[in-house]
Amino acid sequence: MRAYAAQRAALAVLQLAVLSVLVFVLTSLLPGDAADMRFTETLTPEQVASLRAQLGLDQPAIERFGHWVGNVLSGDLGTSLISGGPVLDIVKASVGATLVLTVATLAVVVPVAVALGILMGTRENGRLDRTVTSITLALSAIPDFVIAVVLVAVFSLKLGWLPATWVGGDLLASPVLLVLPVGVLLGRTVCLLSRQVRAGTINALHADYVVQARRLGVPRRRLLLRHVLPNAAVPGVQELARTGDTLLGGVLVVEAIFAIPGFATALVDGVETRDLPVVQGLTLVLAVAALLINLGADLVCNRLVPRSELLR
Amino acid sequence: MSEALNRRGFLGLAGGLGLAAIAGCGSGGDQPAAQPQQGGRLRAVFAGGGAKEVLDPHVQSLFVDIARHKALYEKLVELGPDLKPVPRLAEKWEPDAQAATWRFTLRDVTWHNGKSLTTDDVLYSLARMADPSAPDRVAQSSLASLDLKRCRAVDKRTVELTLTAPNAEFPALLAGIGTQIVPDGFKDPTKPIGTGAFTFVSFEAGRSMVAKRYADYWDGAARIEELHLLSAEAEARANAVQGGQAEYANDMTATFARTAEAGRTVKIVAAKGSTMQSFVMKTDQAPFDNPDVRMAFKLLVDRQRLVDVVLAGRGVVGNDLFGKGYQYYPDGLPQRERNLDEAKALLKKAGLVNKEIEIFTADASAGFVEAATLLAEQAGEAGVKLKVTTGSSQTYQKDLLTKGAIGSHRSGAMPIPQYITDRLLSKSPFNATHWRRPAFDAAFASAQVLTDEAARAAKYGELQKTVRDEGGILAWGHPDYLIAVSSKVQGVEAVPPNTLDQGRFDKVWLA
Repeated sequence: MRAYAAQRAALAVLQLAVLSVLVFVLTSLLPGDAADMRFTETLTPEQVASLRAQLGLDQPAIERFGHWVGNVLSGDLGTSLISGGPVLDIVKASVGATLVLTVATLAVVVPVAVALGILMGTRENGRLDRTVTSITLALSAIPDFVIAVVLVAVFSLKLGWLPATWVGGDLLASPVLLVLPVGVLLGRTVCLLSRQVRAGTINALHADYVVQARRLGVPRRRLLLRHVLPNAAVPGVQELARTGDTLLGGVLVVEAIFAIPGFATALVDGVETRDLPVVQGLTLVLAVAALLINLGADLVCNRLVPRSELLR
Repeated sequence: MSEALNRRGFLGLAGGLGLAAIAGCGSGGDQPAAQPQQGGRLRAVFAGGGAKEVLDPHVQSLFVDIARHKALYEKLVELGPDLKPVPRLAEKWEPDAQAATWRFTLRDVTWHNGKSLTTDDVLYSLARMADPSAPDRVAQSSLASLDLKRCRAVDKRTVELTLTAPNAEFPALLAGIGTQIVPDGFKDPTKPIGTGAFTFVSFEAGRSMVAKRYADYWDGAARIEELHLLSAEAEARANAVQGGQAEYANDMTATFARTAEAGRTVKIVAAKGSTMQSFVMKTDQAPFDNPDVRMAFKLLVDRQRLVDVVLAGRGVVGNDLFGKGYQYYPDGLPQRERNLDEAKALLKKAGLVNKEIEIFTADASAGFVEAATLLAEQAGEAGVKLKVTTGSSQTYQKDLLTKGAIGSHRSGAMPIPQYITDRLLSKSPFNATHWRRPAFDAAFASAQVLTDEAARAAKYGELQKTVRDEGGILAWGHPDYLIAVSSKVQGVEAVPPNTLDQGRFDKVWLA
């Protein structure tokens, strides 16, 4: 287990290095730089040129990258080209909203999806299973922004029950702000996750040891909790880690629609203004988070069903 | 030159075009305006700029920045609804005979910290805007003709500003973007002290600014108690104002205006035709270096259809000229009409029939790509193939100067002389049509020093007519500037962006 973790950590560092280079190259390939983005007919070309020199954007790309790597290794994410403040401040300011959104979504998704999955799995091909399956399949086919627009139109604009955006809102004062964004994010993740749990449940129920245990008269409740659930959870946990990117894609849309000042908003802003240090800083933090989540998921699976280690 | 008179003049003009009913809607609504009420909180949403948003009034470029700085700070001069300078912190001004030295008399005004406004504050502010070590201060190029070394205080309330070249339009330059007066020694923009109608409470870039009413404001303290300026993209702005999370939403789309007007909670304040949508042809590049081709394009375009389709009917047709409704706009010129036969004849003469031309556009501004596509269709009817090329929206402003012989362009509200200075002189930084004529430059320079307003206006008029008939600007439409307000908001003026009353909240009240 320890060797496995060490090996994974080394791999993670390598992945981060490759990712950093990729992000730098890709963002450098975008047309224009941070100085050009200020060229909105308020600054003259001469002003833009001296701004570029002041921001150090006239230096060779490789030199700027080296500088950035040096900074990161010493724990400094650098300075935003646009605001002039530390990138770390932007990360800190935006991470909160996204974290709240993600945690709130997961807090709803996990119990709902697990319960639904087991329910469907234990009633394989029954009427309930078929109904829920078709509903979740249909739901997962609808893009997040469509769900968002419909929910806002119905619950905010028509009925006036829930706030339509985070504009001017304060989450601490009105947690109700979370309801619609989380509602949108639920759709797809619940569908994907519950289907995995269902599949896992069915597999487990058909497994020889469960059949045998049932034959031996193990009570159904005990059977489900002790024998079926841990096995059913493995694809679920892996799927949960994988829903990371689905969730992130959703968060991006949701943040845009509800004007939530989170990670995705900051990232989009950074790309749009060619604020490379911010884009690099945010992707780095995001990558570290994704790696940790995946590592965590693998370790959890390992713990749930130790034998799965043999499969590697 | 009172402000009220100007406003009436502007609406009168709009009325002449048969638009008074709509333009009037904005200021009053259907019922007679109620008695102004005191108190309350107004939340106004603008297009956000994320980390790009600034507290420094000399670095602004977004509408949300401008509104924020307008609440906290003031300029010596502002622009009225017809883009003509109106007094603010300077209560009056007077040029010498050459319009090279100007005396501005300051109003008796206090800063938010209780100190009085002095000439030192003005001189410090001008020097700060011009500081070459801070190239992002936006007024740098417009105030380049200011000879700071020779500017001086005459007495406590009078300041004398000297120019390196005479310019009768100097007051308008002081009303430009990023020209706010800050206190002498102002170093830290995160602790704003201004003379504006609101005092600073808090600011978060990309999210919000909170400000409180300043009771000692010289122009009459604001009616609302608290002002929240919020940032959000178009969709969220629409939802916020409809869902009751904001009372004011800036820069809305025509589509939204249509749905909003169907309901009762939101009303639309429309400043008629306040910006310009155009195609720009590079006058030094084939085929548009041929004046016949430029004229042919001006004749082949169906302006009304562009306005109907691209602007959803919310705008007025253009006449190949900037600044409809503004000071110095030559009103007497006939409206350019579509004339396919003449266009075809000109194109045939130029040998362009069945040739392909590329039009360069991008999704940089609402309607650009749609307008270009529609133009391609209309050019096809005249026998020219236009191929639409879509570039990167973020670098479009820069690319337009170098790429494509014809492209999409829009221009915000600014005084006509400033438009000419920025875009139509040989050395203009944003000369998208590559209109470079030494004779035009000289004529403009000689017009700009005339201290007699009527004589100046006549000269400007001639120059604009030349541009209309020979230049590369195909101005097809002037979109309305649309603001959505909750039905309880009163006192929001229907004025073009970049003018005094736009994004101004000290005269607004909640019914």
